[in-house]
Amino acid sequence: MESNELNSPDYVIPPELQAQVAITSLDKIYNWGRSASVWPLMFGLACCAIEMICAAASRFDIARFGMEIMRPSPRQSDLMIISGTVTKKMMPIIVRLYNQMPEPKYVLAMGACASGGGPFKEGYNVVSGVDKFIPVDVYVPGCPPTPQALLNGLMKIQEKIKGEPIKTARWYAKGPDLAEIPIPMLGPDLIDPRKITLIQNGEKS
Amino acid sequence: MANPAPVQTLDLSARFPGVLSPDTRPGYSGWMVENARLLEFAAALRDDLGYDYLSSVTAVDYLPEGKMEVVYHVYKTTGGPGLVFKIQVPRADPVEVPSLVSIYPGAELQEREAWDLFGIKFTGHPDLRRILMWEGFAGHPMRKDWHEPYFEEEAKPLKSRWPDGTLIMAESKNQYGDNIAYPKGFNPESQTFDPEKALYAALRTYQKDELGLDTDHIIVNIGPQHPSTHGVFRVAVVLDGEKIVNLKPVMGYLHRNHEKIGERNTFIMNMPYTDRLDYLSSMSNNFGYALAVEKLMNVKPTERAEYIRVMMAEMTRIANHLMAIGALLNDLGAFFTPMLYALEERELLLDIFEAVSGSRMMCNYFRFGGVARDLPEGVLPKIKDLFFERLPRKIEEIDRFLSGNEIIRSRGIGQGVLTAEDAIKYSAAGPLLRASGIPYDVRRADPYSIYDRFEFDVVVRTNGDIYDRLMVRFDEIRQSIRIVQQAVKQLPDGPVMALKPMYQVRVPPGEAYGRVEGPKGELGFYVISNGKPTPWRYHVRAPSFINLTSFGPICIGQKVADVVAVLGSIDIVLGEVDR
Repeated sequence: MESNELNSPDYVIPPELQAQVAITSLDKIYNWGRSASVWPLMFGLACCAIEMICAAASRFDIARFGMEIMRPSPRQSDLMIISGTVTKKMMPIIVRLYNQMPEPKYVLAMGACASGGGPFKEGYNVVSGVDKFIPVDVYVPGCPPTPQALLNGLMKIQEKIKGEPIKTARWYAKGPDLAEIPIPMLGPDLIDPRKITLIQNGEKS
Repeated sequence: MANPAPVQTLDLSARFPGVLSPDTRPGYSGWMVENARLLEFAAALRDDLGYDYLSSVTAVDYLPEGKMEVVYHVYKTTGGPGLVFKIQVPRADPVEVPSLVSIYPGAELQEREAWDLFGIKFTGHPDLRRILMWEGFAGHPMRKDWHEPYFEEEAKPLKSRWPDGTLIMAESKNQYGDNIAYPKGFNPESQTFDPEKALYAALRTYQKDELGLDTDHIIVNIGPQHPSTHGVFRVAVVLDGEKIVNLKPVMGYLHRNHEKIGERNTFIMNMPYTDRLDYLSSMSNNFGYALAVEKLMNVKPTERAEYIRVMMAEMTRIANHLMAIGALLNDLGAFFTPMLYALEERELLLDIFEAVSGSRMMCNYFRFGGVARDLPEGVLPKIKDLFFERLPRKIEEIDRFLSGNEIIRSRGIGQGVLTAEDAIKYSAAGPLLRASGIPYDVRRADPYSIYDRFEFDVVVRTNGDIYDRLMVRFDEIRQSIRIVQQAVKQLPDGPVMALKPMYQVRVPPGEAYGRVEGPKGELGFYVISNGKPTPWRYHVRAPSFINLTSFGPICIGQKVADVVAVLGSIDIVLGEVDR
């Protein structure tokens, strides 16, 4: 980012100093740093993961957005790219990984399957969209989305990050938002602990 | 190719009187075997008749007749057409069939799959656990009377969508508003769930040492979220120090019910789903499925379409092997640099796929009787440029960088060895089989499409180690380049579709097994039609899945760090392993 972009518009800086000095708000510089160093979790689920690898390779070059450092450990990553079909058998692990990621964390649902079940929605082992369990920030359509589409989604994440003031940031606040998501169980079918009473009553939500 | 030649027919029924009878249902072929004498028959088949390779085991649920059928496909590794035999058992509870693992160990994972999805108990199987679903899941989902939570109708097109044209969210029909269903009166708080218990019991952690004390081995779980497992694959290993004592692959984390959905879909609707099986080589998957259904329909594709198909299938093989080489090097620690070289060439191939089919990965290009559309303008020069100029040079360049590399040689040569006998025994296919010294390639052994017109060599290496598997892939890329070069030169003009375009194809009743040499090995599609618009049975013989049968035996005795290298050299794709 050029220093004049970082500068808040109300302050006049002498022309000879414009290359070196910027007067800005804490929010802006904090979010600028965060948005340009989002580390995705190295976590591929299905077909979309291959397009994610292509996005990381030389032709599309995810490094231009400061996102090339894919971390295999959830403890070191900021962004979870759900790249493929989410199955019931995999769901407890995804929730556990999400819980292990430190705040601030973001989730990008890549492709039709992660967003809503996609072509496999009717399958008995398929979760109809990862947002049934964990909150999603950006949905990228496509089956699979091209690397360009994924990059567009990542830019949307950056936009979102730039619009979050520190004052109201949820990870500095205390509240129910930061509570861990209960991990689903594998019984006769997938059991969401938040829906236990519903299952006992056998009623429609 | 599934039909045995008439000479064999006479031989076999005379040889096994009272054991065999020909399958006389219209459109079917092969033999019905007497249930109690299956093991005896299979042993004679393997030892006396030379059918040493069990390719596929699958089950069919004939609900109206009240029967379950298990279908076996066997081949000779010296080539030639295969042999199909089946056994039928009444659809009582429990359905029991003798296990063939003692004769063909390659049946192990496939029989577990049939147990998981059909509830067929294989008596004598050493480790009969669920494989794709978790232990404790209610029901056996591929049975015809088992309905998924979003069930609407037996067959598509669903009446609500066509011709009525109303939009119905599947959630609105389910009791819980979600893709879940429980047995009646189920109370989740009254019990605990531990799907892992059976797995750890099968791994047998405790052993007495020489003093008679209980010594504990360490169990290490690799995956399902691990950068080296190529997706959501999990390996549970038992370690003694660093040495692997036992290893079980755990899969199903990407089981997306391909076959169940496939049996609700109409025949043509399955074509795009096959793309998503082995998502690195969609054109090959299309090829296998198209072959199987064309065999049922008795259609022959046009000449031009055949050439285009072969070209696309070989390009897919190159793209897949490039990815496999890059991923193996990733696993060996050369993180991403070799992958970048490989992906650079793969992108050029994907450009061609995008030009002909409209999509980079999920091509959905083949149709019954041809291909969806002709090559667009400008693609052929591009292919010529790539295959006569650039690719041969680039492959040599990547080979030069890698094959002499000291780390690759020391981690590859003599490590993760699969002997030729074991490779046949465990039904390994593709590069895994050929690196072990068995020159078996479906394109030569049982030629399909127009492969008998091309000059190419069946690649073979003899050591069966990680290094040889890598080198086999390089050699196969060279042979594929040769095939594409010949196909480009011989490409005739003409139409690309043998049939008139139609909304739904009519498929006469019967069974068919179409197999192609996919990049990962023999890819087979077993399709049964009963004359309706949807297949009665749709089964995929997935090479990645069956190659994993030999994964455990290769790794036992190796160090734990070699697990990822061996897995990388087997080259699995989870979409195909789990389906």
